[in-house]
Amino acid sequence: MSEPVLRLHDLHKNFGGLTVTDGVNFEVGSSDLHAVIGPNGAGKTTLINQISGLLAPDAGRIVFCGTDITALPMSARAALGLARSFQITSILPGFSALENVALAVQARSGSSFRFFGRADAERALNEQASAALAEVGLAGRADIPAGHLSHGEKRALELAIALAMAPKLLLLDEPMAGAGRDETERLVAVLARLKGRFPMVLVEHDMTAVFALADRISVLIYGRILASGAPDKVRADPAVVAAYLGDEME
Amino acid sequence: MSDAAPLAPLSISSRRASAAELVPVVLFAGFALVPFASAFGAQAYVLDLFTRVMIFSIAALGLDLIVGYGALVSFGHAAFVGLGAYAVGILAAHGLNEALVSLPVALAAATLFALATGAVSLRTQGVYFIMITLAFGQMAYFTASSLAPYGGDDGLTIHMRNAVAGFALFKDHFAFYYIVLACLLGCYLVCRAIVVSRFGRVLRGARDNPTRLVTIGFDVYRFQLVAYAISGALGGLAGYLLANHTEFVSPAYMSWPRSGELIIMILLGGIGRLHGAIIGALVFLLIEEWLSGVTEHWKMIFGPFLVLVVLFARGGLIGAWNEIAARLRRSAA
Repeated sequence: MSEPVLRLHDLHKNFGGLTVTDGVNFEVGSSDLHAVIGPNGAGKTTLINQISGLLAPDAGRIVFCGTDITALPMSARAALGLARSFQITSILPGFSALENVALAVQARSGSSFRFFGRADAERALNEQASAALAEVGLAGRADIPAGHLSHGEKRALELAIALAMAPKLLLLDEPMAGAGRDETERLVAVLARLKGRFPMVLVEHDMTAVFALADRISVLIYGRILASGAPDKVRADPAVVAAYLGDEME
Repeated sequence: MSDAAPLAPLSISSRRASAAELVPVVLFAGFALVPFASAFGAQAYVLDLFTRVMIFSIAALGLDLIVGYGALVSFGHAAFVGLGAYAVGILAAHGLNEALVSLPVALAAATLFALATGAVSLRTQGVYFIMITLAFGQMAYFTASSLAPYGGDDGLTIHMRNAVAGFALFKDHFAFYYIVLACLLGCYLVCRAIVVSRFGRVLRGARDNPTRLVTIGFDVYRFQLVAYAISGALGGLAGYLLANHTEFVSPAYMSWPRSGELIIMILLGGIGRLHGAIIGALVFLLIEEWLSGVTEHWKMIFGPFLVLVVLFARGGLIGAWNEIAARLRRSAA
């Protein structure tokens, strides 16, 4: 395996007296789908927030594509190709689905300090945005205001926005959260198609989806990595079964 | 339902959009015709009143750009108007009456003040942003009040309107009226271009969901700061024209009630519509003119009216009009 895309060195984060990230070391290979699982409150979202830059770690380093990004603001990390989706849908409800994605294309296509010319008429932006929408199965919904999409479609739209950033790594925080069974199946199919083309960190509670998709799994409990490795190895790990998977898999 | 349903509302909204396009056309045509009305017998003050309306429309337009499209509620916007006005007044006090000098100075002063205060204010959000812009506005107000060489509290009389490249173009009230109208039209068209441009799309996106904009790679702060500076420059232009119009500048131009009035104007017309700011300025100043002739305590009447508009017409007067039109259409169908 070549140089990992993402490396976390001994990351620490406390909220007051509560330790939420406790010495996490973590690597994502250049074509890995690396799932992070663990019970509620294990610190999964906090970990994603530190990687994407929403939260600053108290100690430790984050290295992305060979660059130390620990001190970089969120927008600069995004510009380097770090794309994230949110557990709670974060879109622009008043913009059409296409414009939501086109804005992400715009962010990496030349200066946005342009004051003349309609942005929504820029064909290059719209074409790339359409392509990203097609990848997640929203091709027919481009003109719908994002706020009017169904919940599953909004989840897919978040994915499309992340894809439109031409990401070097996708951070997906529970992309299936709140989606129905059919919607989840569709989203899993989309992720299966994207797998291999983009390295991904996937935080997810749906164990069927995780074991269907992941190349590697890390189990996070009380802010610590309890086990990390291939899905079969993690599934068989007695510590993991005792602490977490025991209830989930039965 | 997924295929057919969305088509119907889209076609209605596009028809409504083309009807809405008529409003600014009618508005500007109306402004262009006012001088004819006053030439054919209407009292001279009508021209004066509408010049004021258009000048405040420019400032309100600038405010709507950041409030309506950026959700940045500035409560110190009168400071920009005041700065533009003082640039004219102070230069005139030194015998400089040339627009080619005064106008760039007025614009530069307002823009630089916006950049400096915006750089600090935009670190905050929501109520804090409102309070800090208010504080900066009051700072400008008290500074102007203490400018003893330039009239201090009493303000400063300008003995001669600016000349343009030596020609006394502003002297004629009709000519000045059309110059102000041209400025307003220019500002309106520029603002319309800005809000649909790349820049405007980032600004609107940041209004709706700043976190999303940051996570796709935009440094939202820089965009907001530039928008704030543009808004300040429009305020400066309004101030420049106001000083030439009234031939007088006073610290009162910058006081916080003036900032509040600008907010009321855009609320009244409907936020985030641009021509709403113009309608708001028009309605505000006409009501002020009319009611203040009826009673000294006109604000006792205007206050409740404003409360009613805010309560029942969420999108201001334009919003109320759209609502009524939609209801009429529905009952007709």
